[in-house]
Amino acid sequence: MQVTKTERFPIRVQSDVVVVRQKVRNWTIELGLSLIDQTKVITAASELARNTLEYGGGGEVELASLKNDIGKNGLRLIFEDQGPGIPDINLALTDGYTSGGGLGMGLSGSRRLMNEFNIESEVGKGTRVTVIKWK
Amino acid sequence: MESQLATILKKNESKILSQWVEEQKKLGSTRVSNEDLISQCTNFLRLLIEGLQKNKSFSIAGTGWDPIRRCLDEVSRARGLLGFSPSETATFVFSLKLPIFSLLRQEIADSAQLTEETWNATSLLDQLGLYTTEAYQRTREEIIARQQEEMLELSTPVVKLWDGILALPMIGTLDSSRTQVVMESLLQRIMETGSEIAIIDITGVPTVDTLVAQHLIKTVTAARLMGAECIISGIRPQIAATIVHLGVDLAGVTTKASLADAFHVALARSGRTVTKVGGARSEKLRETRV
Repeated sequence: MQVTKTERFPIRVQSDVVVVRQKVRNWTIELGLSLIDQTKVITAASELARNTLEYGGGGEVELASLKNDIGKNGLRLIFEDQGPGIPDINLALTDGYTSGGGLGMGLSGSRRLMNEFNIESEVGKGTRVTVIKWK
Repeated sequence: MESQLATILKKNESKILSQWVEEQKKLGSTRVSNEDLISQCTNFLRLLIEGLQKNKSFSIAGTGWDPIRRCLDEVSRARGLLGFSPSETATFVFSLKLPIFSLLRQEIADSAQLTEETWNATSLLDQLGLYTTEAYQRTREEIIARQQEEMLELSTPVVKLWDGILALPMIGTLDSSRTQVVMESLLQRIMETGSEIAIIDITGVPTVDTLVAQHLIKTVTAARLMGAECIISGIRPQIAATIVHLGVDLAGVTTKASLADAFHVALARSGRTVTKVGGARSEKLRETRV
């Protein structure tokens, strides 16, 4: 797997979430995703960016263009924060579970919207969510 | 040793001014008219000399430098509006270095004193140059803040489609504080008009994530508590597919692809139908209207 381009954006305030959505939209268009797939990736990015902001206390996102061994193109998003971390990842990934006031579908929903989903978290250190959409 | 800077500048004011103006023209400040450039430069140079005469220190933080800071505010603002970049704006001050430095070399023979005065001048001009950048940025921030407020005021109106049928066409980002206000204004209007059906149209909303869905569900539930029914329209194919994958349950809500469909349903529910008026007479009427 080869990374051809990366870019990082801060997620510190509410309006940064809007910026992240717009950037991701541009990248999905550049990648040549269908309108439905574009919307899926943007929605997942919106969920994860808001999680980074609300539960992680702010952080960063890294956008990356990928090319895998058989020449397939993809978009990878890595959301990182130095927040409190998630004590029970399986619980956090359960539909309808929320530690805030949301619907509890953001994390699990994002997993369904993307092709690859990986979450690493350490209590007291922070959380890193990596998602990939292949074309 | 007392600084000679003020005295030297005062003595050569007109000479510096003409060199400075020339220097700026060379650097391409052609977007500012000649008269404006000369009046800005004259004013700045006069205030600089006054500042040096009045103030002992070369730090522009003190109140003694207020007039020159105000002058720079104006220059930065004017250049910002003319579309200058921050560095082009700061060049206004930095281009003064060359005439002053060459003048100091001519006027001061003692090398230690020359170094001293050059250092004083450069530190002062650096601070003033940086100040223009700050002032420039402040102007930009004022513009951004104003635009943000204007966006907030761009409230989404609740419109009446028919007796008892309201519509709320939503546009833009739905996760801002604006959404709450808009949704509450819909509930308010439902009460005022005694409407039984409200259509929330999200055609202009690019992303429907869980937060947006939650806002919509809350509004629909609140309206239902008031005895009104909500229809959500403008669910495009990509939005529908995303909502399904996201796992958000909108099963309890009536949704339609277009506002027209939703209006049709609303009319039917309130016991009305839309029919084409038949007959030759109306055909004729339509023709004459066309």
